[in-house]
Amino acid sequence: MVIKKAYVETTDRMLRTLELSFLKEEDAKDFRFIPGQFCELSVLGKGEAPFGIASSPTENGSLKFTINKAGVVTTALHHLEEGAEIGIRGPLGNGYPIDLFKGKNVLVIGGGFAFTTLRSLIAFFLHPENRDKLKDLTVIYGARMPGLLLYKEELKDWEKRSDIKLLVTVDWGDKDWEGKVGLVPNVLEEVAPSSENTYAVICGPPIMIKFTFPKLMVLRFPDERIYTSLERRMKCGIGKCGRCNIGHLYVCKDGPVFNYAQLKKLPKDY
Amino acid sequence: MKLKLNKKDFKPFLQSLIEEYDLFAPVQLVEGVSVFKKIDHPDEVDLSTPNPQKPAKELFFPQSETMFRYEKAGEKNKMTSTEEVKRERILFGARPCDIEAISIIEKVFVGEECTDVYFFEKRKKTTIIGLGCNHPLSTCFCSSAGGDPFLRAGSDLFFIDLGEAYFVELLTEKGMVFHKNKFFKEADSKDLTFVKELEEKAFEKVGYSIPVDGIEKRLNLMGESLFWDRVHEICMGCRICTYLCPTCHCFDIVDEDEHQTGQRVRNWDSCLSSLYSLETSGHNPRPTTRERTHQRLMHKFNYYPKHFGQVACVGCGRCILYCPVHFDIRQAILWTSSKRPRGLEGGMI
Repeated sequence: MVIKKAYVETTDRMLRTLELSFLKEEDAKDFRFIPGQFCELSVLGKGEAPFGIASSPTENGSLKFTINKAGVVTTALHHLEEGAEIGIRGPLGNGYPIDLFKGKNVLVIGGGFAFTTLRSLIAFFLHPENRDKLKDLTVIYGARMPGLLLYKEELKDWEKRSDIKLLVTVDWGDKDWEGKVGLVPNVLEEVAPSSENTYAVICGPPIMIKFTFPKLMVLRFPDERIYTSLERRMKCGIGKCGRCNIGHLYVCKDGPVFNYAQLKKLPKDY
Repeated sequence: MKLKLNKKDFKPFLQSLIEEYDLFAPVQLVEGVSVFKKIDHPDEVDLSTPNPQKPAKELFFPQSETMFRYEKAGEKNKMTSTEEVKRERILFGARPCDIEAISIIEKVFVGEECTDVYFFEKRKKTTIIGLGCNHPLSTCFCSSAGGDPFLRAGSDLFFIDLGEAYFVELLTEKGMVFHKNKFFKEADSKDLTFVKELEEKAFEKVGYSIPVDGIEKRLNLMGESLFWDRVHEICMGCRICTYLCPTCHCFDIVDEDEHQTGQRVRNWDSCLSSLYSLETSGHNPRPTTRERTHQRLMHKFNYYPKHFGQVACVGCGRCILYCPVHFDIRQAILWTSSKRPRGLEGGMI
């Protein structure tokens, strides 16, 4: 694929979004995915790494990935210029159970740069063709600081819409920040959305997940209606190379999306 | 079809194979160290070692394997795939445990959803000639793990050493190709009786004393028990058990770059390595040998059986023979089956 557009998302310059377009038109047509799936992106000579797809299937023609600069491959992806070619394998994994969400309310809870596949999910359901499939769509999104929020322009657009209830919060505000200040689990407690007929989709750093699950329990969300997307060190992405398993399930092939009922049955090594 | 091959015809037979196929067989590298290697001359073949150190999985899943080569050329990168196997191959002299292990790996690599082309291409172009184990070692426990020293499953032809000759069975379509081979003679009833004797002797030696049966369920019930706190204690994470294990199949993928050209390579990897599951963030879901030993044993005896209905251990005993600290997987299996594990208080030693 070719990097069509690349831009830095956050003030710490650690997150960069790449918009990729296919080299061949037939590949663009054949590439079908659902929100929550991921791809292996590769830079020749540097290697391959998995990334959640941040664009929605409704946004035709290109794919979007937001990449945290952390290791060899991600640093290479940060240094590539627009027009550069990169390799892609995918889509991989199961994705969010969008069919289950039909006719229900959906509560999306995201933290930090794990917001990428959640953005895909939200953009998918905000598409005119899909919005009717859901009832209420509530989004709680938090970052440590205002400058670390992803997709800032889009968040502003969503705030103006009436078909999505968006709550953006930061751990520490700055002089220009007029929005909420508070940790995601606390904001969830404060907003206290009803669990009736509602699915919760949660994705964020382990510390956020750890404190958010109990709050969802208090709100009486049943385990089967809490979904999360896991991350593991991966290589092949198709359940062969071994490393990403939790119990007998592979995060790459059987996940990365699991509900809390499934996770409770697995060994606690995640 | 029951045939035999006289020992004096053995080398000419191997030579005839070399002419038509790429032949792989046990070769002694230095005294006491033998591996499966491509054979250019029949004299290289050495069947004196009971079972080569490196298992036959290497023929299908090499220790290091190029997945493709690349050439960076400005905008247009050139990629050359490397999975094709040009010549039909023969694996000669693999023991039943190694052959069973290949089918265990095959179940993962040749799945319903995605097929590993590198493995599959080699597998489908290989005829397997198995060799019965007349003299199993004290570390062998194949019969307990669902196999036996003369298990034919997976072999296309099967050889049994009768002393003066090899008893030969043609078992599959690939094996039947050899039914008119000029070196094979008809076997007689005396040979059949002798085969029976050899089998019985070997069975007796291997025995059925290791309780592999039902281990999947026992591990389900054990949960986070004391067993896991103690069983890993002596392991120092050298990983040799996983590399030499004929069923272990984890791999890592890396790019080997030489400026404008290079290759993507996959290498054997091991769940006992601390780097195996270490994430770039610094988080490691399996931070100590406790979690890593848990993964090794659970994958073999609980997770793999959940998917494929059999354990991922063939009882070849290599992990026992070559472990520098004498971690004995048989002991671990025994502990899972006793209520108050004898000796568990003292760990593995």
